[in-house]
Amino acid sequence: MPRRTDLQCILVIGSGPIVIGQACEFDYSGTQACKVLREEGYRVVLINSNPATIMTDPDVAHATYIEPITPEFIEKIIEKERPDAILPTMGGQVALNAAVALHDRGILAKYGVRLIGSSIESIHKAEDREQFLAAMQRIGMDMPRGGFVTSESDGLAIVEETGFPVIIRPSFTMGGTGGGIAYNVEEYRTMLRSGLVASPIGRVLVEESVIGWKEFELEVMRDRADNVVIVCSIENVDPMGVHTGDSITVAPAQTLTDREYQRMRDAALAIIREIGVETGGSNIQFALNPANGRMIVIEMNPRVSRSSALASKATGFPIAKIAAKLAVGYTLDEILNDITKKTPACFEPSIDYVVVKVPRWDFEKFRESDTSLGVQMKSVGEAMSFGRTFKEALQKALRSLEQGRYGFGFDKAELCVLGTPPDTELAPLRQRLRTHTSTSIFDLFDALRYRLTTEEIHRLSKYDPWFIEQCREIVELGLAVIERARQAGKDALESIDGPTMRRLKSYGFSDQQLALMTGTSELRVRTRRTTLGVIPVYKTVDTCAAEFESETPYHYSTYGAENESVPSTNRKVIILGSGPNRIGQGIEFDYCCVQGVFALRNLGYEAIMVNCNPETVSTDYDTTNRLYFEPLTFEDVMNIVDHERPDGVVVTFGGQTPLKLAQRLADAGVPLIGTSPEGIDLAEDRKRFGELLDRLGIPCPPWGTALAEDEAVDIANRIGYPVLVRPSYVLGGRAMQICYREESLRSYMANALAQDPTRAVLIDHFLENAVEYDVDAVSDGVTTVIGGIMQHIEEAGVHSGDSSCVLPPYNTADRHIATMIDYTERMAKAINVVGLLNIQYAIQHDTVYVLEVNPRASRTVPFVSKATGTKLAHVATQVMTGTALADIDVEPFRLDMNRVAIKESVFPFTKFPRVNVFLGPEMRSTGEVMGMDSTFGRAIVKSHISAGNGLPARGSVFISLSTHDKTDRAAGIARGYADLGFTILATGGTASFLRDHNVTAQPVLKHYEGRPSIIDQIANGEVHIVINTPLGENARYDEFIMGQTALKHKVPFFTTLAAAEASLQGIIAIREQQFSATSLQDHYAVRNGH
Amino acid sequence: MTSLPARLVLENGMVFHGAAIGAQGVVSTGELVFNTAMTGYQEVITDPSYCGQIVTFTYPHIGNYGVNERDVESGRIQAAGIVVHELSRTVSNWRSNTSLQSYLEEGGIGGIEGVDTRQLVRVLRSQGSMRCVIVHSSEATDEELVAHARSVPSMTGLDLTSRVTTDTVYRADVENQEWGYGDAATAAKRFRVVAVDFGIKRNILRRLAAHGCDVTVVPAGATAQDILSLQPDGVFLSNGPGDPAAVTQGIATTKDLLGQLPLFGICLGHQILALAVGATTYKLVFGHRGANHPVRNMRTGAIEITSQNHGFAVDASTLPDGVEVTHVNLNDGTCAGIAIPDKTAFGVQYHPEASPGPHDSDYLFREFVAMMEHVGAA
Repeated sequence: MPRRTDLQCILVIGSGPIVIGQACEFDYSGTQACKVLREEGYRVVLINSNPATIMTDPDVAHATYIEPITPEFIEKIIEKERPDAILPTMGGQVALNAAVALHDRGILAKYGVRLIGSSIESIHKAEDREQFLAAMQRIGMDMPRGGFVTSESDGLAIVEETGFPVIIRPSFTMGGTGGGIAYNVEEYRTMLRSGLVASPIGRVLVEESVIGWKEFELEVMRDRADNVVIVCSIENVDPMGVHTGDSITVAPAQTLTDREYQRMRDAALAIIREIGVETGGSNIQFALNPANGRMIVIEMNPRVSRSSALASKATGFPIAKIAAKLAVGYTLDEILNDITKKTPACFEPSIDYVVVKVPRWDFEKFRESDTSLGVQMKSVGEAMSFGRTFKEALQKALRSLEQGRYGFGFDKAELCVLGTPPDTELAPLRQRLRTHTSTSIFDLFDALRYRLTTEEIHRLSKYDPWFIEQCREIVELGLAVIERARQAGKDALESIDGPTMRRLKSYGFSDQQLALMTGTSELRVRTRRTTLGVIPVYKTVDTCAAEFESETPYHYSTYGAENESVPSTNRKVIILGSGPNRIGQGIEFDYCCVQGVFALRNLGYEAIMVNCNPETVSTDYDTTNRLYFEPLTFEDVMNIVDHERPDGVVVTFGGQTPLKLAQRLADAGVPLIGTSPEGIDLAEDRKRFGELLDRLGIPCPPWGTALAEDEAVDIANRIGYPVLVRPSYVLGGRAMQICYREESLRSYMANALAQDPTRAVLIDHFLENAVEYDVDAVSDGVTTVIGGIMQHIEEAGVHSGDSSCVLPPYNTADRHIATMIDYTERMAKAINVVGLLNIQYAIQHDTVYVLEVNPRASRTVPFVSKATGTKLAHVATQVMTGTALADIDVEPFRLDMNRVAIKESVFPFTKFPRVNVFLGPEMRSTGEVMGMDSTFGRAIVKSHISAGNGLPARGSVFISLSTHDKTDRAAGIARGYADLGFTILATGGTASFLRDHNVTAQPVLKHYEGRPSIIDQIANGEVHIVINTPLGENARYDEFIMGQTALKHKVPFFTTLAAAEASLQGIIAIREQQFSATSLQDHYAVRNGH
Repeated sequence: MTSLPARLVLENGMVFHGAAIGAQGVVSTGELVFNTAMTGYQEVITDPSYCGQIVTFTYPHIGNYGVNERDVESGRIQAAGIVVHELSRTVSNWRSNTSLQSYLEEGGIGGIEGVDTRQLVRVLRSQGSMRCVIVHSSEATDEELVAHARSVPSMTGLDLTSRVTTDTVYRADVENQEWGYGDAATAAKRFRVVAVDFGIKRNILRRLAAHGCDVTVVPAGATAQDILSLQPDGVFLSNGPGDPAAVTQGIATTKDLLGQLPLFGICLGHQILALAVGATTYKLVFGHRGANHPVRNMRTGAIEITSQNHGFAVDASTLPDGVEVTHVNLNDGTCAGIAIPDKTAFGVQYHPEASPGPHDSDYLFREFVAMMEHVGAA
């Protein structure tokens, strides 16, 4: 069947901001879908509120709407664009939910828009647990015992049947939000209550626990002729009970016989047919009882997912791309396999390697949170790796995480010693093996190092014996090598002969591990290894286990005999990617890398990508000329550089990951392009940078560096409190804190020095109540073009990655803008920036201070590019490959751009219920949204809606001000809300302050003053906005509870006056009701005509 | 475990070094082929169609789930040897009785691990299946081993069915229905079928039984008279090893039976059916061995993902009038199924009994039963 001709225009729904459980994978799927539909000749309209994505690049769709993904805004787009169909299966749960809402409100019917890729009926059947259970029963599938409850009392009845532990899954939430495992009645009651709240329909599924069972997943595709194929099987190393997103997973399945696998495949085919997914991909999860093989169906997603991104990268079968083609009417046999270009896509990939995915958690950002893993996903990113064995792939994946680990153990001196452990260590270890946490895999290492039996480890951890034994092989080889090295004494490294070296490398050991095991340096290991002729070869990911020829240059390294990646003689540049997502480094940097790739290809270079994040657009083999799916460590990058001999390597697009390697790569003679490592160092080394600013006469807050507590106190006394303290070289404000007093400074120092006594702590005078700015620019060392100037809404002290910001600045004196531009240009020249540049400024008491300079891609580059229409990373790439800025047609930033763009951050607090929700200098947001409109008020309303904090038009505002916020400005804000008809609620002190300023406030009780308190009122939905400015370092207990409660009940919660003030304008705009949806293309057209 | 060093030597002179697996010290010779299925090594090595062949598994970990008593396609290991990237010493599966290593040892079958199997596959895919030898000693020189590999009889013209067929006529007593699937997992026995054993896989017997057939197995040398004397409702021509053109008795028997009663052939049986109507077969460069081959059913247009294991194929251009090509392999367009409607006979090149592989094509057994039903009613 050929493609549908009854459609002309298709609306694709994106997934919105990056949140835990929904990340870059939907940029990958959405971008592929848009590209395919465009190639097929359809007009493509896209909505996504996330500006950091490649899919919202204005070249991807014909009309790109960076607007809130709500039925209201989608209706405006439908009304304007009149699409014939909506493709809702590429944008995760957000897009599916939007499609259902559009249907329920009759919008689809009103405009005659069809859904393609999935139907409302099949979405309901798959997502509504009740319908799903009924469907599974119809086709004879085994399911866990249990049922639905909508009240606590029903819940208590059903648990009598299931027993404990019991699984709680709220209906219609994504990433398992609000779910959990309860082991006792008390815990059960708590989870039941929060689950009932988290579920938009107030319903929770309570199910028999299958904790400890084996977990599998199949990626399935079906076309409208009812052809079905399985793209990939995935086996979880972690047992049932740990969310798949938090599990280490392996493709293909390792421990199923063919009969078991085919039984699962038969079930998957029956399920996708019964659910009725007519065109596209789905993933289906199964649990298997390891004792008797009982197989039960866990769930099914009738759309592309994180797993399908993983499966696509793991097999080379592009699920989203094929799904988009199926959605417009092609059948699988009509589509060619992209990689072989000869065989049809209607087949099941066979792979001849092992793929391991390892999640990455950022628990250190949420210190109060519980690091144990359960049915609610907590990881923020993942790394994937290829190897010819599980051992090799696991070790590569672990070093890809960049969390200071270089493989499966043996990566710290204390892990490279021999001998039996004291009994005191074994008991806690056994305990740790029982509980799954973010470090479980290293507990397994300890267990194997201490030679616990496989039976015992399995009994405690439920890891399958096969995985345990594979890991044991790594450990035993490691221990043997250490033993031999110890006997060899001084010649430890030389004790590793050629065959042993080859064996070690094929087990995935990194040079860094070998250095620690033999007491030498990584570089010496590298030299020894290459002298022995042990260098990696690059194999091809080809979907067919080499059965057919393939030209697709998608490679991974291994230590085999034959190399398949033949470097070309073209001019070529390697771009180093940003690795796994983490807080502070995510999709923004992938956007920059991909823009870099596009620019290089335009310029006639061969663009080679190195990255290990399976979610991203950058690791789509379609994006680059050549893709190496490899860890971003010095060793792995050098191997590729030695193999490819590129003309240039870009380290400034992928965030801190490649930047950390810059100096070592340069020392090794790698031709880095862009700002030199010398320039990067000049900007990052505070001493040198301070001297530079002195020379240029540019002010910065007074500062110092300290290696001792007293030294720190002396500095603070000299520069004045409050002070901002942090370790040197950080991204995302890790371990950053503002200290108002000596005691807190001392405790910070003691803690920091305990962790690493060699790392100096930076101490800056903190500019209180200053307004912060971000400037993104491109420079060639001579000319500098300003890409955008953003004003932060929150005062200085909130990390720039968490702060909302406005482009252009909204209440800043022209002379300050001019000063910032002047400083930017002078610093760019002084540092000799070639490429991107980001500078943070603060204005306090009419003085512009420089806070920091980053001569690299910043987190705001995509936001600025979308807001202004200038693709900064693209321009930077041209500059970095030698074109003078003067020769590039690039429009500089203008203040009078007749629109306002606001970036707002999105936080994962609902996933970490015990975490402080107050913003500070440590970045904790996972993603961002953009609101863009002609006025500030309208833009902020959009950004709030997109971030999930829609503002109310009327109601009650609760205000609680810190002593030092009891100012005229605060009173003015309160009056503003009162003038709009809001009822003002306030606790004692704030109420009397407001009364003194002629603002009537109804007094309410604080949490500890009695009931009903403000907490009860928030919970009862009687409060519609909370303004609570906390004082100093630690939020008081009642403030903490208030934050939690507001969050839980989705009440907008402002912790700064600036944010409360900005929202006031938003509420006025809501009252005016003049919202429209405007595409980027239309925004830019207005500007060009201006 | 320290294993002996091993060498795999191909007739083209290539030498691969690795470690010995399976029965130590054994010299294995045969035609080197590769299989791309990611599961099902136990079924593969016990499949009589692999007689005379050494199987390279493209999936790099083999042996993970061990070996159990039931997932066998015959009473012993049939492959002449195996080549793997890494043999798993650990076994993890609730049904497993023993490890693949022990199973190979007990069967006296040797092999090699530690080979860059992907490189090997790329050689076989471009140069074709090759004769080879695997040794577990360093005594012979590489040159001597190349000569040894070249002395292995070529598959072309080789009738291997006598090596794997049954000696006696027996009634299939089929166990193991707990793994039944499809809509006819436990049908009552309604039809008498004689299966000619050219190297029959047990799962064919299981599937025939599941679809209601009472099966009697006869040796490859059975004549039409032998078969008809059993008064069957239909005859099944089984899979098997070697060159179909060399199976002269089977072809003659099929010729005699054609048109008398329903015939269904799988793999070698399908090729024999084609040869019986005068078509020819030819050797493919490297064959089809795996569990992911797409086949189009030309009558319905539907695609089946199939299990395949064949080195020869029917030349569709030589099929006489009255023979319909019912199935085509989508990867290379080769003939994957034929039907001779007016003689109530059909065959498929691939394996609807799966084992290992997908169950998409199980309907063919139903069609065979329907054919017997139809003929019986007429």
